[in-house]
Amino acid sequence: MSIITVERKVLEKNDEIALRNRQLFSSQRIFVINLVSSPGSGKTSILERTLEYFNHRVPVAVIEGDVQTDFDAQRIARYNTPVVQIVTNGGCHLEAKLVEDALKSLDLNGVRLLIIENVGNLVCPSNYDLGETLKVVVASTTEGDDKPLKYPPMFQRAAALVINKIDLLPYVNCKLEVLKSNSLKINPSLRIFETSCTTNSGIAAWCSWLEQNLLR
Amino acid sequence: MHELSIAQSILDIVHQSVPKEELQNVRTVRIKVGALSGVVADSLDFCFGAISSETPLSQARLSIEHVPFRVRCQTCEREFVNEIGYVVCPECGGVETTVLSGRELQVTEIELDDHQQGSS
Repeated sequence: MSIITVERKVLEKNDEIALRNRQLFSSQRIFVINLVSSPGSGKTSILERTLEYFNHRVPVAVIEGDVQTDFDAQRIARYNTPVVQIVTNGGCHLEAKLVEDALKSLDLNGVRLLIIENVGNLVCPSNYDLGETLKVVVASTTEGDDKPLKYPPMFQRAAALVINKIDLLPYVNCKLEVLKSNSLKINPSLRIFETSCTTNSGIAAWCSWLEQNLLR
Repeated sequence: MHELSIAQSILDIVHQSVPKEELQNVRTVRIKVGALSGVVADSLDFCFGAISSETPLSQARLSIEHVPFRVRCQTCEREFVNEIGYVVCPECGGVETTVLSGRELQVTEIELDDHQQGSS
């Protein structure tokens, strides 16, 4: 037997492309969010409320990732916002190469904030760096308060948590304090926002935080 | 099911690390998988077998070393291990902690059967 020592990260190729994306974003002073969550937690609704709040005062562009359909891109296009839809055709996550390719059909001129909405999935997207500035994870109250303990890698890699659908708290089996303390056991530096896309509660706080983070 | 694309990335690294004429001699590909890497070892093993069969690497097997999630508390300097990903110190409650291991996902070594070399 002979042994070849390798010591290489399995996803090094993805990481190389992610680095290229990151260099492009920072050279153009674009703050980039990789928005992740399970399906149906309200990522696209949060995006819509965010676009309404900024109302073109902050130039935003969006990359939508879905397994199938361009429904989400159609929703975002109504806000006169540059948007590209990535259809993964079964793929459970976005990869840096898909984002790099999508950027070719996105006019980033003047854009200050790029939001990449990942495929709804709390497992696979945690492995793939897209070149984003920060990951933001969304957890909705209807999913229960134990999500952070069930999917720790995602909560650990995120800089912020948006707890969405807080208007439904009286009707669902989810204790806000438990959800928050579970999240902080996994990631004590997690910045937490509480939002409702129905009542608009918390959207201003979330958007102010985004605005403070814009690169100068 | 991102294990399939991860298995493909492992195969790519093997192809880049081993001369083409020796690929058929590869017997073991050693990898490290951290508890918080987000990868299911059994699923990865299955996917690797599926995409390497009927290729020169059909006799290659994955050898997966599980790396526990290990954290050191900066306040009381104790080290602790858990599989959930808690980073708050269970002894003193400190939140200033350093993750020592558990996020690995890397190929470490490739083992080849040299006896096959002469006949190929």
